[in-house]
Amino acid sequence: MSAAKVAIVGAAETTELGRIPQTSQIQLHADAALNALADAGLTIKDIDGVATAGESPTAVAHYLGIAPNWVDGTAVGGCSFMLHVRHAVAAIESGLCKCVLITHGESGRSNVGRAGWASAPGSLAGQFESPFGGMGPTTMFTLPVLRFLKDTGTTLEQLASVAVMQRQWAALNPRATLKELTSVEAVLADRMIAYPFTKSQCCLVTDGGGALILVAAERAGDFPQAPVYILGSGESTETPMISQMQDLTRSRAFQMAGARAFETAGIQHSDVDHLMIYDAFAHLPLYGLEDLGFCGRGEAGAFIASGQTAPGGILPLNTNGGGLSYMHSGMYGMYALQESVRQVRGTAAAKVAGVEISVCHGVGGMFGASGTVVMSASKAR
Amino acid sequence: MKIDFEQVTVPVPTPETEHFWSGCVAGELRLQQCDDCSDVYFPPRPFCPACGHRAVSIIRGSGKARLLSYVINHRPHPAFDSPYAIAVVELEEGVTMMANILNVSQTPEALILDMPLKVAFRSIRRGIVLPYFEPVGAGS
Repeated sequence: MSAAKVAIVGAAETTELGRIPQTSQIQLHADAALNALADAGLTIKDIDGVATAGESPTAVAHYLGIAPNWVDGTAVGGCSFMLHVRHAVAAIESGLCKCVLITHGESGRSNVGRAGWASAPGSLAGQFESPFGGMGPTTMFTLPVLRFLKDTGTTLEQLASVAVMQRQWAALNPRATLKELTSVEAVLADRMIAYPFTKSQCCLVTDGGGALILVAAERAGDFPQAPVYILGSGESTETPMISQMQDLTRSRAFQMAGARAFETAGIQHSDVDHLMIYDAFAHLPLYGLEDLGFCGRGEAGAFIASGQTAPGGILPLNTNGGGLSYMHSGMYGMYALQESVRQVRGTAAAKVAGVEISVCHGVGGMFGASGTVVMSASKAR
Repeated sequence: MKIDFEQVTVPVPTPETEHFWSGCVAGELRLQQCDDCSDVYFPPRPFCPACGHRAVSIIRGSGKARLLSYVINHRPHPAFDSPYAIAVVELEEGVTMMANILNVSQTPEALILDMPLKVAFRSIRRGIVLPYFEPVGAGS
C-alpha cells in the first residue's frame, strides 16, 4: 500500500517539435513552461520551485521571472527530469516549496544558443576514451551491444525489431517525426552508422522542449486536468565512461533505479499498464526490459520481436514512437515523462486503454545515470 | 587500420594519471593495486575504488587482453580512415579499457569477440604514447 503525496497537474511540450531554428534553447524552456502553466491553469507567479538540466535553474528562473524557494540543477543527462520529479516530490512533501516547474528545452538540431558536450582533455574520459576515435553517443552508447548480443543470445534481427515496433506506435502519432511503417529487413539495410547500428536504430536529432508542474496531492484536484500521481521513484548513477561499466550487458543504474521505484510505489510488474524506456538507441529497451525485471535474461529481444510491446501487445512500450521515431533533442527523458502523463490522463495520440499505472524509465549520459518514475491515475493503491 | 596520429585527440595527463602515461612511454601498461584488499583497478586514482584505502601500488600489467565489445564507426573522423573499430578490451588483470585494434581488418568477420589480444604501443606526438591492442600473433 502506497499513497501519493505529490501529483503532476501540468504537462506540455513546446508548441513545435522537430526543426525550430527560429527559437533559442532558453526560449524552448520558456515555451514549454508557459504551455505547461496554461495546461495547469496557473501563472508564473504560482511557481516557487524550479528544476532543469542543460541550462542552469538560475538562468531558467530568471528568464521566466520566477523567484524560487527551491531549485534543482541535477544534470546527469537525459534522465535528469526523472530525478527532478523525484526531488520535487521530496521538496513538496517536506515543505521546501509548494509548486515545482520542471523544464527542458534543447536546440539539439538547430544549435541556437546551445553549449557543447565535449570531454575536457584532462578528464578521465578525455584521457582514456577520446583518443580512440569515439564520436559521441553513436559510437560510445552503442559500444556494449555486441557483448550483450553474444552473452544473451539476442539476434541482430531482434535488435532491429525494436525500431520496427516503435514505428508502429509512431504511425498513430501525428506529432511523431517518422510515421512510415518499416520492417526488420529495411532497418538492417539502412545506412550503417556504427556497426551493428544502422540509422534506423539511432535516435532522431531534433529541437524541442517540455515542462511539468507538480503540487501536493491534496491540492491536485483543484486543477483543470486529471491529476497524475507520483507513486514511487528511483535514481542511481554508474560511470561517466562507457569502457568502465561493471558489466557491458547490464546497467547497474537501471537495476538500482528501477528496483527502488517499484519498491517505493509498492507495485509489481504485473501492475504496470504502460511503460516508457528511454531509447536513444535500439538496444536500450532490451537492457531496460531485462534490468527492470520485465523480462528474464536474454528474453527481451524475443519479447519485442513477437509484438508484445507493439500496439495490441501485453506491455505497450514507448507509445509515442520513442527517441527512434517521435523526437530526440538530446535529453529525451522529458518526452518520455510527457507520454506517461498523457497515457495516464487518457489523452495520448496512440491511446492505451485503461492505463492506471505507467512506469517511465530514463537513462542519462551513456549508461551513466538512471531515473525511474511510477505514475498513477489514483492517489493510493 | 590507418590512423593519422597528428589528428588523434591528445590526452592531457594529470598528477594522478602521470604514471600511466610515462609507463606507456617506457613500454609498460601500468595498473594500480590496493595494498590492503589487493583489488587491481583502472583508470588511475590515488586510492582504491573498491575499499577506499589510500595505500596503493603501481603494478605492470601483462598486456594480455581479450576483445570484450566494439562498434565499427562508419562516419568520417579526422584521425581515422572509416570504417574503423572502437573497442573495449578486458585485460588479463580484470580491468577494462577502451582501445583501437591494430593489424586486423576492421570488419565483423575479422573482429571476433573474446579473441586474444596484446598491447601495442604507438607514439603519437608531444611525448605521448597510446596503448593500442592487436591480435596475438599479429606482427608489431
